[in-house]
Amino acid sequence: MPSPRYWREIPNRYRLEASRCCGCGRVSYPPRRVCPSCGAQDWKATHLSPHGKVVTSTVVHVPPTDFLMEAPYAMAVVETPEGARLMVQVVDCDPDDVKPGTEVTLEFRLIRKEGLSGILCYGHKAVPV
Amino acid sequence: MAGIVGYGAFVPRNRIKSEEIARQWGKDPETIRRGLLLEEKSVPGIDEDTITISVAAARSALDRAGIDPQKIGAVYIGSESHPYAVKPSGTVVADALGIGPEVHVADFEFACKAGTEAMFVAYGLVEAGKVEYALGIGADTSQGAPNDALEFSASAGGAAFIFGTRSTLADVVDTYSYTSDTPDFWRREGEFYPRHGGRFTGEPAYFKHVLAASRGMLEKTGLKAADFRYAVFHMPNGKFPLAAGKQLGFKKEQLETGWVVNTMGNTYSGSSPTGLAAILDVAEPDDLILITSFGSGAGSDSFVLRATAELPKRRGHAPTVRSMLDGRRRYLTYGEYAKVREKIIVNT
Amino acid sequence: MREVAIVAAGMTRFGELWQSSLRDLFVEAALEALSGAETDHVDGIYVGNMSGGQFVGQEHLGPLMADYLGMAGVAATRVESACASGGMALRAAFFDVASGASDLVLAAGLEKMNDGADVTAVLASAADQETEAYHGITFPGLYAMIARAHMEEYGTTDEDLAAVSVKNHAHGALNPKAQFRRKVTAEEVMNSSLVAAPLRLLHCSPVSDGAAAVLLCPLDRAKEFTDRPVRIMGTGAATGSMALADRQDPAFLDAVSLSAGRAYKMAGIKPSDVDVAEVHDCFSIAEICVTEAMCIVDRGKGGEAARSGFTSLGGKLPVNTSGGLKSKGHPVGATGIAQTIEIFEQLRGESGDRQVKDAHIGLAQNMGGSGASSVVHVFQRV
Repeated sequence: MPSPRYWREIPNRYRLEASRCCGCGRVSYPPRRVCPSCGAQDWKATHLSPHGKVVTSTVVHVPPTDFLMEAPYAMAVVETPEGARLMVQVVDCDPDDVKPGTEVTLEFRLIRKEGLSGILCYGHKAVPV
Repeated sequence: MAGIVGYGAFVPRNRIKSEEIARQWGKDPETIRRGLLLEEKSVPGIDEDTITISVAAARSALDRAGIDPQKIGAVYIGSESHPYAVKPSGTVVADALGIGPEVHVADFEFACKAGTEAMFVAYGLVEAGKVEYALGIGADTSQGAPNDALEFSASAGGAAFIFGTRSTLADVVDTYSYTSDTPDFWRREGEFYPRHGGRFTGEPAYFKHVLAASRGMLEKTGLKAADFRYAVFHMPNGKFPLAAGKQLGFKKEQLETGWVVNTMGNTYSGSSPTGLAAILDVAEPDDLILITSFGSGAGSDSFVLRATAELPKRRGHAPTVRSMLDGRRRYLTYGEYAKVREKIIVNT
Repeated sequence: MREVAIVAAGMTRFGELWQSSLRDLFVEAALEALSGAETDHVDGIYVGNMSGGQFVGQEHLGPLMADYLGMAGVAATRVESACASGGMALRAAFFDVASGASDLVLAAGLEKMNDGADVTAVLASAADQETEAYHGITFPGLYAMIARAHMEEYGTTDEDLAAVSVKNHAHGALNPKAQFRRKVTAEEVMNSSLVAAPLRLLHCSPVSDGAAAVLLCPLDRAKEFTDRPVRIMGTGAATGSMALADRQDPAFLDAVSLSAGRAYKMAGIKPSDVDVAEVHDCFSIAEICVTEAMCIVDRGKGGEAARSGFTSLGGKLPVNTSGGLKSKGHPVGATGIAQTIEIFEQLRGESGDRQVKDAHIGLAQNMGGSGASSVVHVFQRV
């Protein structure tokens, strides 16, 4: 993971920083300059609550190389109370127990690292309540 | 007077039983359990490390402190297992918590007492009036070598303490440190597992420093063991802290709340700090608390704390140590444990 | 705009083509198309390719392919829209000819996936890198989530998913250029190993090498090159939210719906006018969702359509007579053109055992990523 690409995303990955559109109220995560719903370019900074509900999910059995040792793992689209959705891994549970409607909290975790010498990349994962 | 304005702890949800490790190496589980007084220990997930544990513990500390993270002027993390050899854990934790950029950050190491070191410096800075609030964390995911005694105890977890002068939950009455160069346990650069001096780690190392620091602390404050409601010592296994406590004149009731090691294991820099958090979860106003850590190499930091009337009011804002130790958890087989602790050789 | 026709086609076999490099594949397909039209000259080349760069380290495919075709000097460029690259190349070629700017244009698509790249990681670059791939989701994982949402909303079953694979393998068994030319049973499909629950190995299109090319020219010149040209009646393209998390209904493919609507409008037809269709079944669930989004079947009824035979050869609207991506193979950038070739041959009556009787109007739908881009072309027998 090249450093600048990782570093730029720190505010939204570490602190769940998002944007709320002043036009239609839609909360975008990560923050967006142009609202995907109404096209307005006026927004306020906000952040997501560290919990939500699973919208849809899967269990990845054939992973990309960097995630080899973690498979099989559950992945889910989680919706927070602000109405924003994010794609996260779901951990500390039996992956097959993750279903649409499962309530989760969002915890700070190590997302990936490249081998023994690359930088460590952090973010949030979901844990069933 | 400076004290703790917020505290938090985090214990990973995975566990492995002593008997599972014993079974792997053909040892008698009963002998291990009786000899070390260890039932099970926490195991970090493949996505957990000192940084993630620190963030979780510190978030709880902030919840209990009820302060704006921007007011924290220093962040110190003590660990034996900082994720990077060069690049601080503290900067990730500070950014994750919304602290800074106007903040002093440093990583500490001193084997298992790196946590109380971080607390010592955080406390000192606040006491000296240099910063309004300072955060000191002890967290670890250190390992024991396969088929070594330490494999039964080396576990993962940590605790975070925010020091300040207003609305404290527990005031620091005084501190005392005792240090001498003692090669009882070490790890050279590039080595994956630490090495230790076997029985040499007992009397000349652990007991010498824990007892000297605790006695020095009692003498400095003019207090006796009986004055305290609680005492917690570094917990490398189940036996040592109970033996040290007994030698200092503490009774079982004073020691048992902080004695979390039998189901948590030894979280190294997080050991006595997590025991302290477990005490703060139940202590009543005006209770006196003694905490003495031990770090191989070797040294001990001792603190005397007094719980305030604020403690019962705010501690409900975050999970207790017992809820994490006794709550939802998952037991691993040795194979799963070896995979998750990266003891299995793979191509990089 | 002028009317545009396809007058010739060429295609390699799809499969693990160890002996062929990326440029070899292109030349083979392109030469077949050019010799079919008996011409050795083109005015332009559009090369649909998702990622020569990540698969074999090769970008800049326009000039490379023109050069290796012995046509250095011709205007050529690569067109990219992940798995919809081929369809988008066709669309670009169509407008080049329709506008009057060019007369003979080659629309090609190709992909070389078996040269040792980390295919899972490369394909994941069609998803949102920063919010999806970063967290460990894979391509099959995204479609698995779509499947699960579809199952939650409409009661679609594992049997429905399996029916799509069974149908497409039955078709592909009749296609000499298909990667897999054997039938599969529903039991085999449902017992194959899990890739991303609920999707199993036999729900997923394979990793393939291959190339395909078609030659376009103005309709009024078509008879110079073939007795049976096929007219492009309409083209429609659309995008949708890149990240699955940003879609209102993860089980509905907005981009497919929009692109189909635009293509139908331009062609002046209704969905029920379509006699034969090639759709993007990268995973079984994709065919189900696409047929619904294109109004070929009602919302929620995509699985039933596969199970009932509605979309089989001999059914009311045969879908993926080529074998689909599942059985024919899915060299990503080539697929859009390969779909076009299947319809081209169907409308010319050249599909042999796979022939749909009296096929007058055909359709090809090509999709990128988890449905973030879609392009639809409608074709007519002339």
